[in-house]
Amino acid sequence: MADRKLIRLLPPLLFAVALALLPVLAEAAGRGYLIGVSTNVLIFAIAASSLNLILGYGGMVSLGHAAFFGSGAYVVGILAHHAMWGAPLMVWPFHIGGTESAFIAWPLAILVSALLALVIGAISLRTSGLYFIMITLAFAQMLFFFFIALNEYGGEDGMSLWNRSHAGPLDLNDNTQFFYLVLAFTLALLFLKHRLVNSRFGVVLTGIRDNPRRMRALGYPVRRYQLAAFTLAGAVAGLAGALIANQTEFVSPTFLHWTRSGEILIMVVLGGMGTLFGPLLGAAAFLLLEETLADLTEHWMIIFGPLLLLVVLFARGGLWSLVERLRAALGGGGERR
Amino acid sequence: MSTPLLEIDGLQKAFGAVIASENLSLDVQPGEIHAVIGPNGAGKTTLIAQLSGEIAPDAGRIAFAGEDITALPVHARALRGLARSFQITSLFPRFTVLENVALAVQAHQGHSFRFWRPAWRDPALIEPAKETLRRVAMTRREDVPAGTLAHGEQRQLELAMALAGQPRLLLLDEPTAGMGHEDSVRMVDLLLDLKQEVAMLLIEHDMDAVFRLADRITVLVYGRAIASGSPETIRTDPEVRRAYLGEEEPA
Amino acid sequence: MLLFLEQTLNGLQLGVMLFLMASGLTLIAGIMSFINLAHGSFYMIGAFVAASVAQATGSFMLGLAVALPATAILAMVLESGALNRLYDRDHLDQVLATFGLILFFNELVKIVWGAQPFYLNTPDWLSGSVEIISGVPYPAYRLALIVTGLAVALFLYLLIQRSRLGMLIRAGASNREMVGALGVNIKLLYTLVFGLGALLAALAGVMAGPIYAVQIGMGESILILTFVVVVVGGIGSIRGAFAGALLIGLVDTMGRAYLPDMLRLALPPATADNLGASLASMSIYILMAVILALRPRGLFPAHG
Repeated sequence: MADRKLIRLLPPLLFAVALALLPVLAEAAGRGYLIGVSTNVLIFAIAASSLNLILGYGGMVSLGHAAFFGSGAYVVGILAHHAMWGAPLMVWPFHIGGTESAFIAWPLAILVSALLALVIGAISLRTSGLYFIMITLAFAQMLFFFFIALNEYGGEDGMSLWNRSHAGPLDLNDNTQFFYLVLAFTLALLFLKHRLVNSRFGVVLTGIRDNPRRMRALGYPVRRYQLAAFTLAGAVAGLAGALIANQTEFVSPTFLHWTRSGEILIMVVLGGMGTLFGPLLGAAAFLLLEETLADLTEHWMIIFGPLLLLVVLFARGGLWSLVERLRAALGGGGERR
Repeated sequence: MSTPLLEIDGLQKAFGAVIASENLSLDVQPGEIHAVIGPNGAGKTTLIAQLSGEIAPDAGRIAFAGEDITALPVHARALRGLARSFQITSLFPRFTVLENVALAVQAHQGHSFRFWRPAWRDPALIEPAKETLRRVAMTRREDVPAGTLAHGEQRQLELAMALAGQPRLLLLDEPTAGMGHEDSVRMVDLLLDLKQEVAMLLIEHDMDAVFRLADRITVLVYGRAIASGSPETIRTDPEVRRAYLGEEEPA
Repeated sequence: MLLFLEQTLNGLQLGVMLFLMASGLTLIAGIMSFINLAHGSFYMIGAFVAASVAQATGSFMLGLAVALPATAILAMVLESGALNRLYDRDHLDQVLATFGLILFFNELVKIVWGAQPFYLNTPDWLSGSVEIISGVPYPAYRLALIVTGLAVALFLYLLIQRSRLGMLIRAGASNREMVGALGVNIKLLYTLVFGLGALLAALAGVMAGPIYAVQIGMGESILILTFVVVVVGGIGSIRGAFAGALLIGLVDTMGRAYLPDMLRLALPPATADNLGASLASMSIYILMAVILALRPRGLFPAHG
């Protein structure tokens, strides 16, 4: 019994240790840029993970998730912009200035994204199936145009940040410190997600994914739970957005572009929907694949596009299912869902 | 007679030119099994759908335990004790048998906005679920994924899930559908046992089952109740024999 | 008033273009329960093929005559070779696979035609303008667009209401199993519907060529507008697509034309222009939200 538990816990543990050592190893190997690459992967892993909550566990195919990601980024960007120029964000009815403090800007990013998700979810969840896909896509596009129209914040071109958020004793401009902070967020969120999907809320969510009609007949107000999950996913995507604005020190409407939503979706599916670690694997695989193919040819999408079609047609279950099979072969029990 | 548990009054429903319910009135008394029979297309399943809240009637009123529930959504009716089983088995195939029932139990324990403690290790869910499985004699199968059960067992589980919330009225849509003779007899025995505790509105094709179970029978033809009464009256009613039993009398 | 008339015509023109896109998309979604993100790619490919043929031969009409069948054939090959396997898959798989197709087609077009935008010239005989009422000139080409769009709408209406193919399409949109039960070669029906949809998308793309630039990514922006149309009209409904397309075309055009001015009445000009522009770009989405709040399955739901 103890053996099985060990084998179950071993891969994630090894994984966490490897990640924790990464900056040291990267510096030692003279490849410091890997720290930035890894930070990027982790941030997208958070975003993909948030989508996984509604897509993998909740069965809601949202094609507009980048809207919440990008809005979170813009909250940080806009607040920093005002802090930089000293112009107040708002003078009436309250005087609100900008800020570069992570303690204010990041929670605000989460809040704004959550509110947007609440409103968009409340409308979109009145429908399902094809309608839901098209509507989430349409609303994301609406926000995309909204930010394009904001000339003060760079319009179509977006705007650069002067530096990363201030976070107390941490110096986020230091790539290694920022990496560890993002890593801490990633691991904490994975743990929270692990608790959540096994909790009462989590089993209701998976129940709705598998059989919404029966859930209603059992006495569950289905849409309320879907909306809660949708809002939660939006909030976490907002955090990922706040982080990416810091990572790239730049925000632009492309963060909300619908192809970005598509990419996050691909990460989830590539890694394994409805699994804890799948989105992380998926984000890493996607970004590395992109990099590798882009090295190969500037027209990498001509390979990637059909590859995606082939994966959908012939290889399902995602990368995590390979890990599962490996673990099963080693004698450990697999994750059932 | 006491106040009826379920009271349907002047129910009306049409899909275009097809009439599913025509000025339909019937009731279910506490402790009673009221069977609704009728040829295919008589509007039986539409009746269940209206009672459970999936379809809104065009006119008429549905009262449950004295309360008007005509406008209530599906889940609100279920929480008031109006449970239903589906004609085509509707389970959570990836969940185990025990988890299926626990999910049904959980629906009746207040909201599920609880994000921390593992649900399937919560005795408050697992104990009542085990108890329910004992009632339908499925304890041995509790760790099996529901999707791998045999058809008869799936029907039993279907019933267990309806029972898990300790309902006051069961809406049973062909509980013996697709079952072999043996399974069917076992299901009827089980329903007879449960009769002490819960009233039922039963839709059933199997006439043996109907006449064994029902205290009262209503015959539905083209959405209209053409006869209603005790099994004996129905068996001998000339109009029923002509409209329905004459064609489909069990061999 | 005259400006208003012109804007109305512009709205109609956008509306009929959207209808050409939406009619195919809504049929494919309604009948095959298939979400085709790559529908915009057919729009783009149609435009590129027409533009290069027109450039080589100097004839817009020849470009059109080549682009339509070429795109339709490409679509039908794609459908019968790969996409028809996705019909009974879940929508997520369809989204991913057709997303992959978009990436592929965009890159392919970049390789074949380069990254620079193309311009498709208006045919000479349509390059002038017409006085719709005295003193109001309107470009003949745009007027021809409107007429073509309405003619296609009428053709589709007759096709669907009067022909045997139309009968099958209608039956398919409201009850898929039934058509199979009729003993119809359903695969062929699907391929034809898909080809027809692609042909209409290519037509829209060619017609858009002289007005907007022919460039990579042109398919995606119209695709999302088309989704709004389909959602507003109701999936599977040609009538809905028509009503939705005109509604969206008019609201979008009018919003862009008048919202800034209207806001100027209440706000300082700079604020009004800024806010007006951003509200105008959001107006159709807000309209969609309102319609969905009232009718979650669109204006003309096709399924019972």
